[in-house]
Amino acid sequence: MDMTNVATEMTDAAPHLPSHGHSQAAGEPKFVTRGVTVHYGEKQALFGIDLDINTNEVTALIGPSGCGKSTYLRCLNRMNDTIPICRVGGSIELDGENILAKEVDVVHLRARVGMVFQKPNPFPKSIYENVCYGPRIHGIASGKDDLDEIVERSLERAGLWKEVKDRLMEPGTGLSGGQQQRLCIARAIAVDPEVILMDEPCSALDPIATAKIEELIDELRENYTIVIVTHSMQQAARVSQRTAFFHLGDLIEHGDTDQIFTKPKNEKTQDYITGRFG
Amino acid sequence: MQTFTLACVLLVLTYFGFRMGRGRALGLVGGKATRLHSLPGYYGYYVALWCGIPAFLMVAAWLTLEPTVLTMLTTSSLPADVQSLSKNELGLVLNDIRNLASGSAARANVSPDIVAAAERYATMRHLGFAAMAVVALAVAVAGLTFARTRVTPDMRARNRVEQTVRVILIASSTIAILTTVGIVLSLLFESLRFFEKIPATDFLFGLEWSPQTALRKDQVGSSGLFGAIPLFAGTLLISFIAMCVAAPVGLLSAIYMSEYAHSRVRAVAKPMLEVLAGIPTVVYGFFAALTVAPFFRDTGDLFGLSISSESALAAGVVMGVMIIPFVSSLSDDVINAVPQAMREGSYGLGATQSETIRRVILPAALPGIVGGLLLAVSRAIGETMIVVMAAGLAANLTANPFEAVTTVTVQIVTLLVGDQEFDSAKTLAAFALGLVLFCVTLALNVVALTVVNKYREQYE
Ligand SMILES: Nc1ncnc2c1ncn2[C@@H]1O[C@H](COP(=O)(O)OP(=O)(O)OP(=O)(O)O)[C@@H](O)[C@H]1O
Ligand SMILES: [Mg+2]
Repeated sequence: MDMTNVATEMTDAAPHLPSHGHSQAAGEPKFVTRGVTVHYGEKQALFGIDLDINTNEVTALIGPSGCGKSTYLRCLNRMNDTIPICRVGGSIELDGENILAKEVDVVHLRARVGMVFQKPNPFPKSIYENVCYGPRIHGIASGKDDLDEIVERSLERAGLWKEVKDRLMEPGTGLSGGQQQRLCIARAIAVDPEVILMDEPCSALDPIATAKIEELIDELRENYTIVIVTHSMQQAARVSQRTAFFHLGDLIEHGDTDQIFTKPKNEKTQDYITGRFG
Repeated sequence: MQTFTLACVLLVLTYFGFRMGRGRALGLVGGKATRLHSLPGYYGYYVALWCGIPAFLMVAAWLTLEPTVLTMLTTSSLPADVQSLSKNELGLVLNDIRNLASGSAARANVSPDIVAAAERYATMRHLGFAAMAVVALAVAVAGLTFARTRVTPDMRARNRVEQTVRVILIASSTIAILTTVGIVLSLLFESLRFFEKIPATDFLFGLEWSPQTALRKDQVGSSGLFGAIPLFAGTLLISFIAMCVAAPVGLLSAIYMSEYAHSRVRAVAKPMLEVLAGIPTVVYGFFAALTVAPFFRDTGDLFGLSISSESALAAGVVMGVMIIPFVSSLSDDVINAVPQAMREGSYGLGATQSETIRRVILPAALPGIVGGLLLAVSRAIGETMIVVMAAGLAANLTANPFEAVTTVTVQIVTLLVGDQEFDSAKTLAAFALGLVLFCVTLALNVVALTVVNKYREQYE
């Protein structure tokens, strides 16, 4: 079966949004991670991960539960800093700059590397306030009109504008689960990040909402670099260009999604994607 | 002492009933507990309940009825001239008799009639108790044997026991509720008596409070003024000062504890903060009167301010300190109830910790915090000891925190301290003040709890 074909069809069906010009061309590495280790207290969760994440591609992280996918993902915007017992080692370069260095400002880093969580977590504020939360704290907008425009553009990109444009002042928590998740994506897009990290963004959603989000991810690829953790092989195959397979804190295999799903080199990968374990 | 012995005997019997019921149930099925409808223990409880409850009810009934019955019997046996005394005097005589009978009064200078009555009283009491003890024990044994015969392998002992437990629980909560209702009703009726003497409008809107009424008709000067506005104003002023201290300090320390503090710091600091809540209010009271108030007065002198040595400020500040742990632990709860996902979402967008707190956590927790503050206000309004010791008695109508003011609670205390005529306007005024206090705190609590619960639902 040909996975890329499905993806291309989706792209074609979608309206093309203007790229907003992050410099690199597709395929160049955005993140270069070498020997990434993570300890939670005494317990080691990652054992030296070497992985590149390419610009304007979707990279899927797959693997059985507890293998360290979320842990790795959270290293990429240093969300692990919020866990007191967590220590990260190795090197993670974003556009050639080591983000694990002490002097790196995590506020800037997280503005460049946004995140969408497993469970939709809109703030208990209006839809409008949810989206302009990021621009406000980063001082991106210069006035009310500017802010309005950012909100509209972000909701548009997240495919939610049509559904909510008449109820922007209603609470974001009043939306359906799938709409909430797209609101969270809009919220992440609003600060104009370069990378979007998604940790099982569809696991709390029904198939139709999932299909919408997958479609969206495929559109967003044009402007953003995306890393997605997923438990669904079909989802990884549908939306990603590259796939990395984790097992027990190790990166077992990574490469083009096509190759991983059709001709995996490692036996464990083979077993996992055919559902023999995990 | 006798009652205690009787209770012990009954308890032993009850325990015996338990063993017997259990043993009998097991005996009937030859030790195979699975053949019983319920666990063997339930048969034990079943017999024990039958044995204990009726007997203890008997004892309780006797203990409540004993004084009335004995008094009636004694009165009827007194000479006619004593019986025809007025109600109050008869009460005194009966009191004498009771004291004589229990041996706590001397026999000298008492008329032989009374001594005889006292002796009758004592014998009747002994007889009554003995009869009651015999009956109670008989009831216990009867209950035990009856229940024992009812034990069969098919009997639904568990259901019976559960039902009885339910009834006991319902009875306990009914007692609690009835007591509350009783207190409220008595407040209400006594207040109504007060309002017969003093019009409610004078009380609620009058500006002067000087509750000294004349004891004798010919006394001059003290007609008694019951305008409660100065008391309400004083209460509000002190509560306001207290909240000015407690709200920011409590809230900020809650934020520090829940968001910033290292787990090790929290482990030490939180219990220390809670120690503040364990200090008796009387200690806060003399701390306010002897340390804080003079300190404020002297500091005021330095700046040329005249601060009274019983200032609203001192009482308010100390009361605020007392409420800090209350505010902070309530706020801590609601802040912790804000889901971690909110924090992560905010951090993930590049917000700093203080931005996250200001823009996400506090707005989300706000209803709960407001509810907590309202509960704190109602505590401040009802607080007594600190203000009694530190706020003074002068019913000044003022908004100046440097002056002495008085509060509703202080006045209730002063109205009732010392020997009082029970139905003078002065004493009854305490009930009216109590009623107002009760209504205000009740309203505050209801509003606060509704707000807090609304907030809880939001995240559960
Ligand atoms: N906050 C934490 N404290 C301690 N250990 C943790 C923490 N978070 C994760 N771990 C441990 O790190 C390991 C990797 O966890 P991680 O959440 O990255 O797995 P995952 O691959 O995302 O699993 P899942 O697919 O179930 O989400 C697990 O063994 C887990 O127990
Ligand atoms: Mg995970």
